[in-house]
Amino acid sequence: MEIYLFFLFGGIAVVGALAMVFNKNAVHSALFLLLTLVMIAGLYVLLNAQFIAVAQIMVYAGAIVVLILFVVMLLGAELGESIPRWLTLRNSVMVLLALVFLTVSGTAVYDWLYSTQPITGTVTDEVIARQGSVQLVGESLFTQFLLPFELASILLLVGIIGVVVLGGWRLVQHRQRGE
Amino acid sequence: MEQIINWLANILSNASWWGLPVEPAASVIVWAVYGFILALVVAPMAMIVLTWLERKIIARIQDRIGPNRAGPFGIMQAMADAIKMLTKEDITPLGADRIPFNIGPGLAAVASILIFAVLPVAPGLIGTDLSIGIFYVVAVGAFSILGILMSGWSSNNKYALLGAFRAVSQLVSYEVPMVIALITVAVVAGSMSTLTITENQTLASGGWYIFAMPLTFLIFFLASVAEVGRSPFDLLEADSEIVAGFHVEYSGLKFGLFMISEYVHALAVAALSATLFLGGWNGPGVAQAVAASPFWGGVLGFVYYLLKMGIFIFIMMWFRGTLPRFRIDQLLDFGWKLLTPLSLVNLLVMAFIVRLFQPGNVSMGAEIPAGPLASWGGIGQTITMLVASVLLVFLTTLVVRAFARRSRARGFRAIAAIEN
Repeated sequence: MEIYLFFLFGGIAVVGALAMVFNKNAVHSALFLLLTLVMIAGLYVLLNAQFIAVAQIMVYAGAIVVLILFVVMLLGAELGESIPRWLTLRNSVMVLLALVFLTVSGTAVYDWLYSTQPITGTVTDEVIARQGSVQLVGESLFTQFLLPFELASILLLVGIIGVVVLGGWRLVQHRQRGE
Repeated sequence: MEQIINWLANILSNASWWGLPVEPAASVIVWAVYGFILALVVAPMAMIVLTWLERKIIARIQDRIGPNRAGPFGIMQAMADAIKMLTKEDITPLGADRIPFNIGPGLAAVASILIFAVLPVAPGLIGTDLSIGIFYVVAVGAFSILGILMSGWSSNNKYALLGAFRAVSQLVSYEVPMVIALITVAVVAGSMSTLTITENQTLASGGWYIFAMPLTFLIFFLASVAEVGRSPFDLLEADSEIVAGFHVEYSGLKFGLFMISEYVHALAVAALSATLFLGGWNGPGVAQAVAASPFWGGVLGFVYYLLKMGIFIFIMMWFRGTLPRFRIDQLLDFGWKLLTPLSLVNLLVMAFIVRLFQPGNVSMGAEIPAGPLASWGGIGQTITMLVASVLLVFLTTLVVRAFARRSRARGFRAIAAIEN
């Protein structure tokens, strides 16, 4: 069951990503981007990371893609360049076959190298069932990854203040001149 | 619900030729049926009943009678409207972008219906008890913005596009205070699961959260009404300014899907408010009834739940019947300059109080000492939170009044400068 779902989500994600890159219409590209990201959230669910999956959907569907769409629509910049000329059916089929070959051979080599060690981590289904994925994420953010977490939050704060300064600068100048 | 599952499991175990393990398969089928009923029966019925109810209530508020011709109390009027909507011609404008135009309404309706998956509507009756329940609600709600944006843009109509722009600026800004209010609830309950939040609101553990956190409730409810886009926050379909906003080009059932989306979302907001702040299906006698018979206990809990939902539905219709529409700058000022800072301060204060009353425990291998007031128990925490909320409201009033006086004085000075 899981493997079918993996190929379903993964396949749609790959198709959506390709469609995003090769689409003429910027709004359609943004919508395909969202499709890809939602499918990747599905992959996160398959990996038992529901919190990350929902956070991904919330951040991208709720904010980022909506803002991308907003800007594209506001500027009226829907139509970009058309499909490049080197992209013919023959070339794309060749690239696809090369990728398939690379994947198959790479998997074979990987299996041959690591076939004896089973891949396990500390976060198993049993651990998630006992502690819950939110608690696990929170705990590792505030213990193991505290420094990167705080750095990221400072970076975001700087970004927010920067936006306010850039956006409000003209207003401040205007006020100073006016009063 | 357990009984139904067991009964179905028995039936299915007699027909186990399909090679699936019996117990999970039975529950999957039960939940699939629950989902189908929710999506295909409850959603359209909610729209039909709520439109009728809204027309009746607003008519009474405005001293009219409302629909009263078709059927008793005009209740068949909504049916007739629904049938009219079904039989209308389905028009796709020539300049429209066909695929987003057709996906948009469906996406908006599905986003609203999906919220019900995590709402515990009766003891033992919940779609799925996710550990990230209320976070899921926010994430799914994001899709309705997307549906509105898609349909507004693809209609290729300036009014629709203006409606979509307004929708984005409004929904994205009001999502912030709403999420922070939800986080406050999660901090106090110690969980994001809607089921745990409901179970934490018994009398022994401090009672309903509306008594502990009236301010959080107000922030959440106002932000949610804005999120649904209902009056007085209905700028995205302000008919006197931009015709009908994002759904101006839609006809027939696609327009109906937008109506379903709006009313089911309103219903979901009412249900979520009842779950988070009025104790969900908790009520006098539910625990005893569940102990005596799970089925009738569930029915009793469901009745309480419907009553609590009804209160919020009525309040929303009351808003619509009495309040005039906001202007867009007032709306954004209210969201960003009042609700967002207030919800942040509220979160800090509530988290501090929760820490004061936290019983000591051992979590993740680290020992957490008990808070200094832990011995006061749940009721003490509720009373402290109530006092803190009232103080916060008082302080906010002072601050807002100071700002209002300053801006009024500035206005007077400007007028005086012009006159001189």
